[in-house]
Amino acid sequence: MHRPAKIDPAKKSPAKVGAAKLVVALLSAAALLATAACSAQQPAAENRTLKIVYQKTDSFSALDTLFKDAKKDFEAANQGTTVELQPIEANDDDYGTKLALALRSAETAPDVFYEDTFKVRSDVDAGYLLKLDSYLEKWDDWKTFNEAAKAAGTGDDGGIYAVPLGTDTRAIWYNKKVLQKAGIAVPWQPRSWDDILDAARKMKAADPELVPFNMYAGKATGEGTVMQSFYELLYGTDAELYDQQEKKWVVGSQGFTDSLAFLKTLYDEKLAVAPAEALDANVWKKVFGEWLPQGKMGATVEGSYTPSFWQKGGSYEWAGYTEDMGVARFPTQRGQEPGGVSMSGGWTLAVGADSKNPDLAFKFLTEAMNKKNSLSFTVASSQIAVRTDVASEPDYLAANPFVKDVSELVSVTHYRPATADYPRISAAVQVATEAVITGTLSPQAAAEQYDKTVRDQVGEAKVLQK
Amino acid sequence: MPARKSVRRQLRLLPVVPSVLLILLFLAAPVLWSFHASFTNAALSGRNARSPAWTGLENYTRLLSDAAFPASVVLTMVFVVASAIVGQNLLGLLIAGLMTRARKTVSAVVGTAVVAAWVLPEIVAAFAAYAYFSRDGTLNQLLGGAGLAGADWLYAFPMVAVVLANIWRGTAFSMLVYRAALADVPRDISEAALMDGAAGWQRLVFITLPLIRSSIATNLMLVTLQTLAVFTLIWVMTAGGPSNASTTLPVLAYQEAFKFGDIGYGTAIASVLIVLGLVFGIGYVRLLKGDRR
Repeated sequence: MHRPAKIDPAKKSPAKVGAAKLVVALLSAAALLATAACSAQQPAAENRTLKIVYQKTDSFSALDTLFKDAKKDFEAANQGTTVELQPIEANDDDYGTKLALALRSAETAPDVFYEDTFKVRSDVDAGYLLKLDSYLEKWDDWKTFNEAAKAAGTGDDGGIYAVPLGTDTRAIWYNKKVLQKAGIAVPWQPRSWDDILDAARKMKAADPELVPFNMYAGKATGEGTVMQSFYELLYGTDAELYDQQEKKWVVGSQGFTDSLAFLKTLYDEKLAVAPAEALDANVWKKVFGEWLPQGKMGATVEGSYTPSFWQKGGSYEWAGYTEDMGVARFPTQRGQEPGGVSMSGGWTLAVGADSKNPDLAFKFLTEAMNKKNSLSFTVASSQIAVRTDVASEPDYLAANPFVKDVSELVSVTHYRPATADYPRISAAVQVATEAVITGTLSPQAAAEQYDKTVRDQVGEAKVLQK
Repeated sequence: MPARKSVRRQLRLLPVVPSVLLILLFLAAPVLWSFHASFTNAALSGRNARSPAWTGLENYTRLLSDAAFPASVVLTMVFVVASAIVGQNLLGLLIAGLMTRARKTVSAVVGTAVVAAWVLPEIVAAFAAYAYFSRDGTLNQLLGGAGLAGADWLYAFPMVAVVLANIWRGTAFSMLVYRAALADVPRDISEAALMDGAAGWQRLVFITLPLIRSSIATNLMLVTLQTLAVFTLIWVMTAGGPSNASTTLPVLAYQEAFKFGDIGYGTAIASVLIVLGLVFGIGYVRLLKGDRR
């Protein structure tokens, strides 16, 4: 038997024990002082500061512009108020993490922040968001928001906690020239999954170097994998991810396996990008920046915000996109009703539950989302308008040639089941797609593994076996 | 013992108080917090975000039934053994040994080249390694130039890529430690052995290595603990993928805590990592103590 090793080689003499006590005493005193100093902060009554947290990236600066404009106007109209803008430069995942960390403590929580619709419910559960019902009653502009958008900011208790900035849909974006070269007539509208495969095979035959039809897969592209790929497939089968009535996650559905099998076909026949490229988190930059503009890709499934990358001031400016690109709705599996599938998400603005100046914070929110700001933001970031007065503006309708097409997809769109369990379920779906496209598991086995993960994660009570 | 003497002794410790204070505040406090959180269902969002409940050993029992966990422990050990204990350590010793014999200019050039990787901030080194191993990266271009077919290194051999990257980045530290240690080996002992007819390898095994034994132990301890905690390098290069094929414990802990918002579970993984570090630490301390016997 070995004796437990002593990490401290020094033997303790009584004097040293005394010294240790002294150190501990000093430490506790210092710690007390430090906490006292921290809690002494009080908001000064006359000089109020609002802290605004939002996302800003190289390819997404529309929100930064919006808040800078709103700050100028708001500070001018409200003397003695300082609006402190704190943009976070990060991708969606990391932004969400940083925001959640800031929200955990009242000391660091922002007054107004940019919040993903699918996090609203779990953040309401956490007590991070202020209930806005009483404020919205007095805000006339609220009546101009469409009903679907209002629902996006609703918590489980039916109260409204966030005001949507815009929404989006997903569609097939295709390069007309590439399709025409393969002898496919444009405008192209596939009616079923087989139509997609037929067209992709034709393109491949015409040019083996081409990526005919890309759909994301794997963990690296995160929510992109599910929102811009897997759910278009799954919601076009007779299955669904989550049963809204029963409030249970669906497992064991044929549609799930079929959707995985479709992805497998795309990747196995090299109709999509190589698996190694699909698993690179930066793959979407190549899709927008290189492959589609250079005619090396036939089509991809992407969001309605796609033109924002190509239009003037976007990160991959491409003047020719209005001519070269076309948009089609993603078909259902066998062409069954309603004949198309889309997914919607979108972002909101919310007020922190710990805001020391909630009235002022909401006032700033209304400033940021007035008609003028909403219009310029919606156009700059190629969003689908949620305010009816913005939606009817000529500037909005003329922003790019695809506004009408992608806006119509709202009629066939679906929303993610934004429960607190959702991020894990989404991750399990991503893992399943990754296993299938890399050939690690068959679609059947990957679906079984998904079912098991879901049962483990949410518990038997929240699972619906099909 | 006279009281005054003891007071004076206590006062003598005063200068270390600030550093102890800082260590406790920035090192011990987070560790303790992490241990505490691992026994709760603390979360980033949802009902348990602000008022986590005590769940006892639930996170740890979940670890045992989670298939990703043992795989991750194995990958962590592979990463530590291959890139730190074997890679950085042996390569550092080898380079240091060769440098004592090499010409001054050669050793200066080699030294600079090795230390350059170490001087880079971790995030920069990680991007450099990513750019080297990625599909259109430097390595494949070099291979292509030589007429060889490359591979998708980060996809097909993710562990090999991160191990090599970590060796590249960390060898400088071992090299510096061993250069100092070898410089301290008295020449006369080595020469005496030479006179007695000891071959080169015999002098290395029976003279040099025993003499620098404490440096070896110290170096092993430091590179092991550093490598156990490597996160940025792996996260930037492979993000733990493909399909968890390079998910070491720090990456797994990050995913659970921040991607899935399960802070309790993530800190449980972090706690296992701390224990793993302690086991290594204790092992090396014993090696060091054995040295003084």
